[in-house]
Amino acid sequence: MRPDDRNYLPSHEWVKIEEQTATIGITDFAVDELCSGNEGDLVYCDLPELGRVVDAGETFGEIESVKAVSDLNSPVSGEVVEVNSEIEDHLEILSDDPWDRGWLIRVKLSQEKMSELLDVLAYEALIAEKE
Amino acid sequence: MPVQYGPILEEVKCVRERAGIFDLGHMGRVRLFGPDRVRFLDAVTTNYVARIPDGAIRYSLFCAPDGYPIDDLLVYVDPDYLRLVINASNIEADLAFLREHSDGYDVTIEDRTDRTTMIAIQGPEAVAILQGACGSDLSEIGYYRFGRSTVCSIPDTLLSRTGYTGEDGFEIYLRTEDAEDVWNALLELGGPCGLQPIGLGARDTLRLEAGMALYGHEISPEHHALEAGLQFAVSFAEEKGDWVGRDALMALGEAGTRTLVGVTAEGKRPPRMGYPVLADGIPVGEVRSGSVSPTLETNIGTAYVETTHADPGTELTMDIRGKTAPLLVHPLPFYSRKRKPKKS
Repeated sequence: MRPDDRNYLPSHEWVKIEEQTATIGITDFAVDELCSGNEGDLVYCDLPELGRVVDAGETFGEIESVKAVSDLNSPVSGEVVEVNSEIEDHLEILSDDPWDRGWLIRVKLSQEKMSELLDVLAYEALIAEKE
Repeated sequence: MPVQYGPILEEVKCVRERAGIFDLGHMGRVRLFGPDRVRFLDAVTTNYVARIPDGAIRYSLFCAPDGYPIDDLLVYVDPDYLRLVINASNIEADLAFLREHSDGYDVTIEDRTDRTTMIAIQGPEAVAILQGACGSDLSEIGYYRFGRSTVCSIPDTLLSRTGYTGEDGFEIYLRTEDAEDVWNALLELGGPCGLQPIGLGARDTLRLEAGMALYGHEISPEHHALEAGLQFAVSFAEEKGDWVGRDALMALGEAGTRTLVGVTAEGKRPPRMGYPVLADGIPVGEVRSGSVSPTLETNIGTAYVETTHADPGTELTMDIRGKTAPLLVHPLPFYSRKRKPKKS
């Protein structure tokens, strides 16, 4: 079972909302799709500048493996207030701990609407269909 | 064939340093029988089939009437028939093309893809490993030649000294029902030398390092054989006679203003199919393949660029979804194995 303290997008991002701040990352499934369990296969992660305003559904960055490039989609709207710069040089963190140390950005929520989010049960059901 | 069995870059190194085994069951396998088979194939393919000796193999292409390729293939000349190995994704198109042009020729086209399969073993240790499972001396089969031997106690098995990796090795043709036993026996035999199964991801990197074209990338319905540097597989010899796409391809070659080049990218990100290529900010081409290259320890790719920007060492850039990264034109192939001196 994946963490139930947060919500998910069908495109395999997670978002954890605490008061007015949303922490965003990608799921273990996303990491595994990119690198098939071989952390050395991840080559690059591009994260936004601080202060960038993102809309729900918008691409805020890219992650690339030996095989492919994937967009990182924001589940929420707001301003990027923190970026996990450790990730860009240590992509293995995403394999080791996508839920906590592997967070990507923090966004200060605006009043704009969010993407339609899945709870953990709905996300697990989605993954079960793929596996 | 899976994309990978383990880490892709480790699989590439395994083939370059030791040996890898590939499940190529997906490739199309077709035989041409009949008294007109050579004349027929010469009329539908770019290479000069009548000049290929018995027991030899040549790379060739099928072209549409507009000169652009429908597929690329290997042609094996057996005394009794011609064997074609074609791309999995093009089997239906190739068969339709062959049948469409077969009127008036006494030729039979037999698709044997479903009842046969193919395993490749490639790498510096590959021949020694396979020799341990073979009844006859493999050194008698030269590069791009084929022969027959008992393999893992299966008699009269076809072996060709071909591959898609830039390494020495063989491709083994088997009945589908024998494939699993041979696969397992070779893995067991090669285990002590480090033989491992290799997936499609590493296969793509290996062929790119070796500068080999892939249909849909370096050649496609928009990228013809002459701009891809495949002149060696195209015969305009008069004695060969006309063939589908001949005059159109010749005209394309004469009018050509772009060419395929190798590129390296020193940044973190490899080139990817479709990225625009620029010179001083002006578009001059497009990336067609790209990969992290563990052998060169950099990122590599192929691109079509205007011939004025094709010299090795030319500095270009690629546009990665709005971000610019440097590229350097590099000679193809990126990698050539050191060949052992021939036994005298």
